[in-house]
Amino acid sequence: MLKFIKHNMSTIDGIAIYPIISLLIFSGFFAVLIYYVVRMRKAQVDELSNYPLDNE
Amino acid sequence: MENEKFSYDNAIVRKFILATMIWGLIGMLVGLLAASQMVWPDLNLTAWLTFGRIRPLHTNAVIFAFVGNGIFAGVYYSLQRLLKARMWSDKLSSINFWGWQIIILSAVLTLPFGYTTGKEYAELEWPIDIAITLLWVVFGLNMFMTILNRRVKHLYVAIWFYIATFVTVAVLHIVNSFELPLHFLKSYSWYAGVQDALVQWWYGHNAVAFFLTTPYLGLMYYFVPKAANRPVYSYRLSIIHFWALIFIYIWAGPHHLLYTSLPDWAQSLGVVFSIMLIAPSWGGMLNGLLTLRGAWDRVREDVTLKFMVVAITCYGMSTFEGPMLSLKSINVISHFTDWTIAHVHIGGLGWNGMLTFGMLYWLVPRIFNQKLYSVKLANFHFWIATLGIAVYAIPLYWAGFTQGFMWQQFNPDGTLVNKDFLETVTQIVPMYTLRVVGGALYLVGAITMAYNLVKTMRAGTLVKDEATEAPPYKSLTLSAEDKGYWHKAIERKPVRMLVFALILILVGGIVEMVPTFLVSSNVPTISSVKPYTPLELEGRDIYISEGCYNCHSQMVRPLRFETARYGEYSKAGEFVYDHPFQWGSKRTGPDLHREGIGNKQNRPDSWHYLHMLEPTDISPGSIMPAYPWLIEDDLDRSYSEDKITTMRKLGVPYAEGYEAQVLADMDVQAEKIAKSILTDLKQEEFGKSEIQALSKKKVIALIAYLQRLGSDINVAVEEPLAEEAQP
Repeated sequence: MLKFIKHNMSTIDGIAIYPIISLLIFSGFFAVLIYYVVRMRKAQVDELSNYPLDNE
Repeated sequence: MENEKFSYDNAIVRKFILATMIWGLIGMLVGLLAASQMVWPDLNLTAWLTFGRIRPLHTNAVIFAFVGNGIFAGVYYSLQRLLKARMWSDKLSSINFWGWQIIILSAVLTLPFGYTTGKEYAELEWPIDIAITLLWVVFGLNMFMTILNRRVKHLYVAIWFYIATFVTVAVLHIVNSFELPLHFLKSYSWYAGVQDALVQWWYGHNAVAFFLTTPYLGLMYYFVPKAANRPVYSYRLSIIHFWALIFIYIWAGPHHLLYTSLPDWAQSLGVVFSIMLIAPSWGGMLNGLLTLRGAWDRVREDVTLKFMVVAITCYGMSTFEGPMLSLKSINVISHFTDWTIAHVHIGGLGWNGMLTFGMLYWLVPRIFNQKLYSVKLANFHFWIATLGIAVYAIPLYWAGFTQGFMWQQFNPDGTLVNKDFLETVTQIVPMYTLRVVGGALYLVGAITMAYNLVKTMRAGTLVKDEATEAPPYKSLTLSAEDKGYWHKAIERKPVRMLVFALILILVGGIVEMVPTFLVSSNVPTISSVKPYTPLELEGRDIYISEGCYNCHSQMVRPLRFETARYGEYSKAGEFVYDHPFQWGSKRTGPDLHREGIGNKQNRPDSWHYLHMLEPTDISPGSIMPAYPWLIEDDLDRSYSEDKITTMRKLGVPYAEGYEAQVLADMDVQAEKIAKSILTDLKQEEFGKSEIQALSKKKVIALIAYLQRLGSDINVAVEEPLAEEAQP
């Protein structure tokens, strides 16, 4: 049932680089995420965390 | 700009609250029955009340009916308020409610009657699977349209969890439910053996993650701040822990298959990600508990907070225990024992149950504008439920350790100390009795709550449409800071959020599954392994339909104490025709993979016959139910030919046109078994008519299947094994 995928995957040149790229993307995602989270301003954090409390 | 006037829909919340309570009581009651059957097997009163059929009903009822309705109740309440918008469509809300109840009802009407796919927590047959998919789309559409029509700038963290839940449950359900229908209420998994196991536990583990965890974390992020009247401890932490949790969780499934025939690399991947999972799980747990910093005095008075504190504590305990259980050295003791059952009930009774109770005690008085009928009763509920969890879990931990170690004990001469599996069961039956007490305590608490909340509802009146007002979305201006901040771009864009979450969860699933499906060396074939005969296939369907997999594994692990007890360890290549796989996850009875002819465990046909008739006659002290109807009822052969056709479509190599020969082949094999049983059991002469009468019975097909289990590797083949099976 997966012949189509199998065939294509085995004919891609240098397919080994794909998992490495994936790893870099994901490490990068979390690095950027942490960077921004650390840099968030207190005012923004307070505004967001008060969302459940200011709606009644 | 002027405020817009609108109202929140509380009527739908009330409906889901009632459903949560009713299904909760039913699910727990069925659980109590199943627990009692393990102490008093006589409680397996009729076919449809046997443990093998009731246990899936219990798990489905508490997961999808109790927790499922709890999720909808909490989401429908909090989503409207967090978005300052009424649910987009009252009609869709209503379809969501009634559709979900009909699905649950159809589970109640199929599982006890033996209609099951045989895959844990995904037992429902294909028409119900399709209904679930459609209903989930209704829920998602309603949620997304509400999000798009909101009156706030950003999506609060709880909503991210709801979105992740929606998208992941959709993917999990669809991928794991690929099955080929035989008829309206019977289908076969598209996957076989190792691949089926991998997909199933990728699903099973992530059902825990994305049905029992992420939506409840969303509820925690809304209701704990509400109940404590203070904002969440760290919003920053919630961002990191959200993304880390959904990314890591999806990889951890293979830890359910340690030491099995799953390729080693996949097992290791599962272990690594399971260990990593401690960090984001505890991030959530700490965020929840620390929200109460400086407000701990209120926990003393506020019953809602009490429930929530115990819930979050249980979440912390089970998410610490989970990674520990995924270490191979610990898993070797815990796997197949009651340790796992204790672990999931810390999560189920503790985290899901207690958070649901806390949420309900908070919600009902608010939407009915009425003080809680009795705080005293609620406190009673809190204490009896907490005690119930302890009395439930501690004996089962004890039972798990005891049995796990008993299986491993060797005499100095190298023989097993507890040769008879049953010895390790009778040893822990007292613990099962205590577990019944714990479950009963917990149920009494839930009944108290139902009474208390119904009284409260009756005294008050439902505020069906809660009037409120808020400035329209267009009037909300974004500050310069808002614009400059990257993650808010996601928070403002729900669709982008969905796509990001989808990509994250797909990566883990694809990396684990695609190689197992594509790389042939992952499942080395064994040339002597042949497809089941038509009679064995029928027997296998009886095995599945009776839910034998709930108590019996078919997976001998490559460990000395396992091979000494059961025989040769199981190899991946032996399961290539198993649609679905039947490895099981718990051994209340012994493993059956080497039950077949030529193996260590092999027994005569007559042994199986008598054992099915009355297990205690053969094994005094056995807690297995008796299956007299298998001996009385004739096998339904009307689908026997179609089964071959269906299996061939799934890739099982039956010869073209074999269907014509099916019934004749079945007769030959059945009569051979019937004759051997009669020879063993009958003192006087018996005739051909007696053989024929017996050969038509269901039990004969089941015996044919059991005698086949794991026996193919004993068959000599001319050519050498295609590939050396992996260790």
